[in-house]
Amino acid sequence: MTRFVLNGRPTDVAADETTPLLWVLREHLKLTGTKFGCGMALCGACTVHIDGEAVRSCQVHLQDVAGKQVTTIEGLSANADHPLQRAWVTEQVPQCGYCQSGQIMQAAALLRAKPHPSREEIADAMSGNICRCGTYLRILRAIERAARESPS
Amino acid sequence: MIAEAPRELSQAEVRVLSRREFFVRIAGIGISVSFIGDDLAPRYALAATAPSGPASWHANAWITIDSDDMITIVSPASEMGQGIKTSLPLVVAEEMDADWQKVRVAQAPADAKSYGNPNLGGVQITGGSASTRGYYQPLRLIGAQTRRVILLSAAKSMAVPVEELTTEPSVVVHAKSGRRLTYGQVARTAELPASLAPLTQADLKPPAQWRYIGKDLPRVDIASKVDGSAIFGLDVQPPGLLHGLVLRAPVQGEGPENVDDSNSKAIPGFVATVRLNYGVGVIAESVWAARACREALQVQWSQKARARTYSSTSVLEDYQAIARDLARRGVTFATRGDAQTTAKSAARVITASYTSEHVHHATMEPPNATALVSGDHVEIWAPAQAQTFTQLATAHALQTTPDKVSVNTMLLGGGFGRKGETDFCVDAALLAKAVPGRPVKVMWTREDDVRHGKYRPLAAQFVQVGLDRDGRILSWQHRIVAESIFARFSPPQFEKSGGRDGPVTEGVDLPYDIPHLSAEYVREARGVDVGFWRAVGPGYTKFAVECMLDEIAAATHRDPVQMRIELLKGDPRARRVVSTVAQMADWQRKRQGSALGIAYSDAFGARCAQVAEVSLDRQNGTIRVLRVWCAIDPGVAIQPANIVAQMEGGIIHGVSHSLFEQVHFAQGEVQESNFHDYRVLRMSEIPEVEVKVVAAPENPPGGIGEAGLPPVGPAIANAVAALSGGARLRQLPFTPDRVKAALKL
Repeated sequence: MTRFVLNGRPTDVAADETTPLLWVLREHLKLTGTKFGCGMALCGACTVHIDGEAVRSCQVHLQDVAGKQVTTIEGLSANADHPLQRAWVTEQVPQCGYCQSGQIMQAAALLRAKPHPSREEIADAMSGNICRCGTYLRILRAIERAARESPS
Repeated sequence: MIAEAPRELSQAEVRVLSRREFFVRIAGIGISVSFIGDDLAPRYALAATAPSGPASWHANAWITIDSDDMITIVSPASEMGQGIKTSLPLVVAEEMDADWQKVRVAQAPADAKSYGNPNLGGVQITGGSASTRGYYQPLRLIGAQTRRVILLSAAKSMAVPVEELTTEPSVVVHAKSGRRLTYGQVARTAELPASLAPLTQADLKPPAQWRYIGKDLPRVDIASKVDGSAIFGLDVQPPGLLHGLVLRAPVQGEGPENVDDSNSKAIPGFVATVRLNYGVGVIAESVWAARACREALQVQWSQKARARTYSSTSVLEDYQAIARDLARRGVTFATRGDAQTTAKSAARVITASYTSEHVHHATMEPPNATALVSGDHVEIWAPAQAQTFTQLATAHALQTTPDKVSVNTMLLGGGFGRKGETDFCVDAALLAKAVPGRPVKVMWTREDDVRHGKYRPLAAQFVQVGLDRDGRILSWQHRIVAESIFARFSPPQFEKSGGRDGPVTEGVDLPYDIPHLSAEYVREARGVDVGFWRAVGPGYTKFAVECMLDEIAAATHRDPVQMRIELLKGDPRARRVVSTVAQMADWQRKRQGSALGIAYSDAFGARCAQVAEVSLDRQNGTIRVLRVWCAIDPGVAIQPANIVAQMEGGIIHGVSHSLFEQVHFAQGEVQESNFHDYRVLRMSEIPEVEVKVVAAPENPPGGIGEAGLPPVGPAIANAVAALSGGARLRQLPFTPDRVKAALKL
C-alpha cells in the first residue's frame, strides 16, 4: 500500500510499487485526464505536479511519490477556473485536446515559478510538450493572457 | 469561462440513444428525410416517408426535441480537433432556428445509411476534408424541414394560418395575437404532416439572416478539454476491462512461426496469449502487466515477406529514375491539349525532380480500441475516423456481418488519416474474442505506432515545362511515382478511377492558365502499406508544382506573385487570396538576413495562399521559418475563427513536415521509434503566423482541415531560393545535409 496526497486528499493505492504513476492515476484511480503519449518523457502529455513541480508521470514509479503531494489536471482548480484554464477557453486553444492537460500543467508550474515570463521563457519551458495539432501559437497567447490577468 | 456553451452528451448518454430509442425519446416529432442523388452532384428530395430504391439514401435521426426545450443534434463526423462537432450541428440549428444555448450534440453511431457522407459515396468516414463539404447542404435542408414541421404543428395547435407564424430561436411567434410557443411546447403535440413539399434553395435562410453561420461560437468540446474530463478512445474504461498489447512482426507481411509464452504466463496479471496472423497478442489485468507479458514473449518470425527488400534510400532512387523515364507509362489524367508534342517544339524546356519521404502521423493519442465480444455481437469503442470500414473490417476479422458490429466513436486525440485505418480496431476485436464477455482495450505504444504506421507514400515526381520565346508556359507534364493508397484501402475506388489514385495524385490538375497539361501516375507496389496523411497528395504535389513555378519565374525574370496572378486569370477568388497574402507580407519589401517565398494551393476545395519568411544558418544547414502569412478563401466560412485555428495548425504541421519529418525503412524495418528520432516541431521552433479568412459566403464550403498544409513546404523552399541566390530544395524534408548540398550549387 502506497500513501500519498492526490489533489489534496490522502490516497492509498494497492498496486505494484514499480508501476509508473501515469498508469496508477489512469487505471487504479480512474483519473484519465493525464494522458499517455510516448512513455519516454519526450512529449509531456502525462505531466502532473509532484510537490508543485511539473513532472512526467510516465517516468515516476508509484513508490517515488509516497508521502508526496500529487496534483493532476482534475485537481488543478476547483471549478476548472485556474487562470490558465480560463485563458485556454478564451483563446480556444485545444484542437484535438489530447495534449492539453499536460500543456496546462506544465504552464501552471511555469507561472508559479515565474508569474510573468517572457515569450522566450515560455517557449523554453513549454518545448518539452508536443502538440501535434499545432496549437502552440494559442498556447503561447493563453499563457501570456493568464500571466497578464493574474495579480502581479 | 463560457458557461452557456452547449454541453456534449457523455458517452454513456450517447450510447442509450440508439436509433430506436431515439424515436422513443422524440416528443411527437419524427422527421424523415431522404436524399436521392449520385455521389458527385447530389440532388436532395425531402419527403414525409422514406422512399425506397437502391439510389436512395435516407436519414431520420438527426434532431431530437425534448419538451423542456433541449434539442439534441447528431454530429455524423469524428471530432479530431477540426471543430466538426460544433460546425455541423450549428448548421442544423441555424436553419431550424434553434436556440444554440439549448442545443446539445450527440455523436452518431456507426450507421452509414443514416449518417454516411453523400460526397464520399454514402460511406461514414471523416477524411479528405470532406465533412463540411458533404454535409453542409443536406444538414441545412434537414434543419429547414424541421422548422417547417414545427411551424405547421404550431399553426394547428394555435389554430392560425401557418403564414402568420415566424420563429425566434426555439420559439414560434404569432405576432398578431402575441402568442408564443417554445419548440419544446410544440414538440409535445407535434405530428408529422401526411405530406411535406420538398424544400428548395429558396427555403433556406439567406446569409443576411444567419444567426450562427459566420459568427464564431465557442466550440462545444473546448471546456472538457481544459479540465481533463474529455473522454478519448484511450480513456474508455468499461467495468471488468482487460488490457491488451500486440507484438507485431518487425517487417510487414511476416507472421509468427514459433511462439513461446511460458515466461509471460509467469507474470502476475497475465490472462491470455492470442496468436494472430501478423503478430502475437497478450491480455493482462493492467497495462503495465501487459507490457511485461509482451516483453517476455519469445517469437520466431517468418522470413518470406516482399517488404524485406524495401529500403527507403534505394526505393527513392528507383522511383526517381522511373519518374524521369518518360517511356515508363502510367495512368494519364488531367489532360488538356497535347503537352508531350508541345514540349518538343517549345523554345525552352525546364525540368526538375522532386522527392518526398514517408511521413508518419504520430497522433498524440496512439491508436487504440476497446472491444467487447458477446455472443455474435461485438461492441467497439474507438477513436475511429472510419465507422463504416471499422464495421466491415471487424466483421471480416471475426467472420461475422457488419450489422453485428457496433461502434462508439470516441473523441480522437489526433487523426490525420491514421485513425481512418482499421488495424487497431481489428486488434481489439481479435483479442476480445479470446475472452468473451470481458472488454479488452488494445493500446499501441508509441513505438508500435511509429514502427507500424500507414505512412504517406514515398514519392518521386518529375516535372517538365515547355516555355515559348517570351517565357510563357505552354506545356506542363507532371509524373508521380508512388505506391497506391486506394489499391489497398478501397480497391473498388481504385478500379473506378481506372488506376488513378485520387489521394496520391491530388493537386496536379492545375488551376493555372496553361494550354497543354498532362499528369501521369506510375504505381509501384513493393509490399509496404501506405496511407492517408494530413493533406496526403497535395503535401508533395503542390511542393513540386509551386517550386517549379518559382523556378520558372526566376528563369524568366518575373515576380512570383505577379506570375501567379497572371496564371490565375480565370479564377478571381484565387487571385484575391494571392494578392491579399502578398499585401499582408509586404511582398515587395526586401528584408535583411531573411527572404520571402510564396505558394498557392487549391486543394480540398479551398483557395489558400501563403508567404513564408525564412533565415538560414549556412554553416549548419538549418532553416528558421520566422513568419508565415496565410490568406484563405474557404467559400462560406461557417466558423471563421475555427478556420484560422485550422490554418495555424496546418501551417505548424507543414513546417514540421518540411523541416524534420521522415520515416526510414531498412530491409523492411522502420528505423524510427519515438519522438527522439521522429522529430516534430516544438514551441521554440514555431514561426509567427498571421491568417486572414477571405470568405465568399455565396459559395459552398471548402475543406479546411488540410488546406493549410500544402503551401508551407514550397513557400519555405522558395524563400530559401530567394535568400540564397537560387539554391533549390527539391527534396522533402529540408534536412541540414540537403540544405548544405543545395547551398553549394
